[in-house]
Amino acid sequence: MKLYCLSGHPTLPCNVLKFKSTTIMLDCGLDTTSVLNFLPLPLVHSPRLSKLPGWVSKDGTVNLEKKELLDLSTIDVILISNYHCMMALPYITEHTGFTGTVYATEPTLQIGRLLMEELVNFMERVPKAQSATCWKNKEIQRMLPGPLKDAVEVWTWKRCYSMQEVNSALSKVQLVGYSQKVELFGAVQVSPLSSGYSLGSSNWIIQSHHEKVAYVSGSSLLTTHPQPMDQSSLKNSDVLILTGLTQMPTANPDGMLGDFCSNLAMTIRAGGNVLVPCYSSGVIYDLLECLYQFIESASLGTTPFYFISPVANSSLEFSQIFAEWLCHNKQSKVYLPEPPFPHAELIQTNKLKHYPSIHGDFSSEFRQPCVVFTGHPSLRFGDVVHFMELWGKSSLNTIIFTEPDFSYLDALAPYQPLAMKCVYCPIDTRLNFHQVSKLLKEVQPLHVVCPEQYTQPPPSQSHRSDLMLELQPPPMPYRRCSVLSLPFRRRYERIHLLPELANSLVPSEIKPGISVATVSAVLHSKDNKHTLQSVPKPPPVPPTKKRKRVIEEPPEVLAPKPLLSGAVPLEAFLATLHKHGITEVKVEETADGHILHLQAEDTLIQLEEDGTHIVCDNNEPLRTTLRDLVLRFLQKL
Amino acid sequence: MPEIKVTPLGAGQDVGRSCILVSIGGKNIMLDCGMHMGYNDDRRFPDFSYITQNGRLTEFLDCVIISHFHLDHCGALPYMSEMVGYDGPIYMTHPTKAICPILLEDFRKITVDKKGETNFFTSQMIKDCMKKVIPLNLHQTVQVDDELEIKAYYAGHVLGAAMVHIKVGSESVVYTGDYNMTPDRHLGAAWIDKCRPDILISESTYATTIRDSKRCRERDFLKKVHETIERGGKVLIPVFALGRAQELCILLETFWERMNLKAPIYFSTGLTEKANHYYKLFITWTNQKIRKTFVQRNMFEFKHIKAFDRSYADNPGPMVVFATPGMLHAGQSLQIFKKWAGNEKNMVIMPGYCVQGTIGHKILNGQRKLEMEGRATLDVKLQVEYMSFSAHADAKGIMQLIRMAEPRNMLLVHGEAAKMEFLKGKIEQEFNINCYMPANGETETVTTNPSVPVDISLNLLKREMALGGPLPDTKKPRTMHGTLIMKENSLRLVSPEQALKELGLNEHQLRFTCRVQLQDPHSDSDTLHRIYTHLKSVLKGYTIQHLPDSTVMVESIVIKLSSSAEDPNTKVLLLSWSYQVIDLSYSQLLLNIRKKLTCSR
Repeated sequence: MKLYCLSGHPTLPCNVLKFKSTTIMLDCGLDTTSVLNFLPLPLVHSPRLSKLPGWVSKDGTVNLEKKELLDLSTIDVILISNYHCMMALPYITEHTGFTGTVYATEPTLQIGRLLMEELVNFMERVPKAQSATCWKNKEIQRMLPGPLKDAVEVWTWKRCYSMQEVNSALSKVQLVGYSQKVELFGAVQVSPLSSGYSLGSSNWIIQSHHEKVAYVSGSSLLTTHPQPMDQSSLKNSDVLILTGLTQMPTANPDGMLGDFCSNLAMTIRAGGNVLVPCYSSGVIYDLLECLYQFIESASLGTTPFYFISPVANSSLEFSQIFAEWLCHNKQSKVYLPEPPFPHAELIQTNKLKHYPSIHGDFSSEFRQPCVVFTGHPSLRFGDVVHFMELWGKSSLNTIIFTEPDFSYLDALAPYQPLAMKCVYCPIDTRLNFHQVSKLLKEVQPLHVVCPEQYTQPPPSQSHRSDLMLELQPPPMPYRRCSVLSLPFRRRYERIHLLPELANSLVPSEIKPGISVATVSAVLHSKDNKHTLQSVPKPPPVPPTKKRKRVIEEPPEVLAPKPLLSGAVPLEAFLATLHKHGITEVKVEETADGHILHLQAEDTLIQLEEDGTHIVCDNNEPLRTTLRDLVLRFLQKL
Repeated sequence: MPEIKVTPLGAGQDVGRSCILVSIGGKNIMLDCGMHMGYNDDRRFPDFSYITQNGRLTEFLDCVIISHFHLDHCGALPYMSEMVGYDGPIYMTHPTKAICPILLEDFRKITVDKKGETNFFTSQMIKDCMKKVIPLNLHQTVQVDDELEIKAYYAGHVLGAAMVHIKVGSESVVYTGDYNMTPDRHLGAAWIDKCRPDILISESTYATTIRDSKRCRERDFLKKVHETIERGGKVLIPVFALGRAQELCILLETFWERMNLKAPIYFSTGLTEKANHYYKLFITWTNQKIRKTFVQRNMFEFKHIKAFDRSYADNPGPMVVFATPGMLHAGQSLQIFKKWAGNEKNMVIMPGYCVQGTIGHKILNGQRKLEMEGRATLDVKLQVEYMSFSAHADAKGIMQLIRMAEPRNMLLVHGEAAKMEFLKGKIEQEFNINCYMPANGETETVTTNPSVPVDISLNLLKREMALGGPLPDTKKPRTMHGTLIMKENSLRLVSPEQALKELGLNEHQLRFTCRVQLQDPHSDSDTLHRIYTHLKSVLKGYTIQHLPDSTVMVESIVIKLSSSAEDPNTKVLLLSWSYQVIDLSYSQLLLNIRKKLTCSR
């Protein structure tokens, strides 16, 4: 069993597991941090940005993880754990010869589709006059200025996919429910488990009858909106692949949420606007819920909240229909029937408004001061670029970063100098090191595999030995392009004895509580399933009158003979011989046993502790008799 | 032999109070717990005393599964759990869990508050009962205990309706509840994978009908409504608040939009608003089309359909009113019916099945004079139409499901005996499987023949598979040989050698040596060499070695030669082999040598 690690990014993993002749890709996250190397894509022409020296971004780039390690067309299935970890799907399934199936839960598929749609929309609505790729050539890149020169592996940077590719990729998704058992080629069973991180997010169990691999990716133990994490099903795994821990191990999500609210209120009261660059699904639901409770007490009742995204409406609507995937509290609301998320009420009372973009209705209905939620969190594309230009110059306004995926300083770089206040409240609900070590103690995997980043403290806080995984036995670290051999020794496989065969077995007790039976059967293997059935009796030869000559007896099907065990006791054996008319026996003692000389038959039988040797003339009937007599005393296996 | 027992306490050769007991692999499961609409006495509920004469049911049942929210499938649940007594798990889907208590409460109100019955379950009992419910998701495998697992499949019939696959070890049963194999305006079609259950327990409401296409019925319905509206008449459609009502609403809504009609459509108050809300929140349970478009246009937000007020009934001009309940036996639908019955321009459309004794049943049978309370009679002049919109599988659908699931046995419930008989014949003929149709209280026993799962050592399996080649040869089956070790609860099949080692046993070697005298004038080594070359030429495909210590080995049979001291021409041939040798029998070998060399005893 092997694990190919195609991504070195611990929260956007992409691993391929080869397990019992199946090739399973675990997630395909898209690392978009490379966009920070580009200038923002403004919605409205910005003289300031266009005058900035340096490289002007040409292609909406995204970084596809290394794929030279193996042929993508050999992948049988892709298991998706949450919608953030499927953004590279079109790169994997399109134009690569991929013919497999993608498994994901329904919320993951629907919200994943929204996020991809949004990304494509952001890219396509600001078409580029020209695009360049030659600069990716190593020789040219070497001569480029600034950070571009140092960017690694730019040749893996790809153009953003199109909507057509997204649709085609998503058409390969097959929906699964939590704890659903999906058979892959009869060899392996996979099953998603609730991971508690986002709507429909899952960890996966990949198992056969005797081996179990748990894949843990982006899990949360905090009570936010999704269904709580299913921990008990992770128990007894041979290998646990651990990815997607919190990117902000030192930031407490609850504290950050508090900071978020207080900064927001402060800015609004001072007459400023608040900009929240965020993804269109996920933490935003929690932020809205928090604000729903907060605005009354903070008397922000009249402040408009805007959510601007091409998929804002869909995201808000979709969140309300996945009752099965929500935490218990939200589920019981649906039984009343009430929408599970309070943002329905915010929309109804006109406190929250959503728009597909800043163009159209928004420009006429827009009132300040206000709070705007919009993407993309990298500040390089999407409507957020416009608000940065609009509000950046005033110190009354505040930008609050809540998404942990991008360094906020890098994100802000092209907008400097900036008068606007910046607040960094990264909310990452994924497992922290404390929680994960508790979890691992609970579920007791034999081996843990994790990104190498987790085996040492973060570089910025090298003294914090609590910010790493410490396990016995130590975890097996992987980095990008590693190929790990997982410590597995498969020793058994499931096989089915057909009832007829099972009934024909004759068990005998060898030791107290242990019985054995000799099985002689025909093996049938089909679709990786094995069955044993009784040896078929040779069909009776139809009596043919034409064939006069004696039909040669078909050679009897030669059944393998069992191994023998035990010893032949001398006295009892002599008595048996006597019973069968063999009376003249001379017994001679030797170092290891006895030699019996059957004088009338001129035959020697050598009886020893671990062997019997019958030496006789060419007298087949006698030999057969003696053989059967000896066998009476031995156990057959 | 293991067996599965099925006993219907209700719905055995009958429609109503579905309640089926299944015993499988030592587990007892109750499927549905419904009430009978046609009775008001003890026969209303299943006879739970069948399970136990006295006391609670908890220890006799491992779980209860409810297929959908119709009262003939869940109406007796609070009675069973709270009054008879059951504290174990009750499984149902999320929508069923949401809607079921509302219908139960409604049912309770009608029975207790209107009819004044006592000794009935209370609101609190409904609540307590619902606390025992564990929600099921589609396709989720739920482990009830270590051995019993259940899995729900989409059944289509109403929002949240499910079929369940119940599995213990390698034995399994599928119970369909009510299902529909054709997608309708708001729900999808039932689907199940090829799970090959030992028994498929299917409803058979429409066992003998093969219905025309849904489109035709819809067109008929719309035509009749449209004609009545055109001539200024009023249309009354008695419905139950959830289910058909939403389908017909969608139908009329789209028709109104397309035809640009102005006549008002009303939906009687009460449950309706709430009901539509359930549909909006459980949109993932509706059909593909509605799910796909719900963001732009939620099909359950009706533009043309408004809430009804009782005063509207007297308004002049055409209108369409959906009113509850569906069988015209009480409530608002009956009130409106009384008001409109006298005018032949008006129309009542009954979109579903009506139980005997209800006004709906009477007018459908052509009765034109109805006796009302207080000796008043009501002349029915309005047109009466019946349109079957019930979402049950018809005969074709049932056969289709059998083809999907490939059961080994079939068991029919929830249908009329005569119709079942007909379908049973058809099933047995077409699929060549047994089909059962037990009556209430009758137990049907099906013997299963499960295969025995065993762990085989990978070495043994791989060795066998390598020897067997890529394709099995059906004419010359290869026999594999192994030892099954039974220890505590584990069954392991290993090679005999491994078994000996594991069990700490010594191998006992059994060898045979056979002496044969030959006459041959050559020297010992020449004779041996001649034997060797001869065997080599005769026995193709065997490994034959001439070893330096003047032995010849044919596979593992050892041949040695010595000559007697007195007569160098008399050679003694020693053939030695172990008990396990099977490749070549020694007599065969000897025969070959003899052919070549003269020999004597």
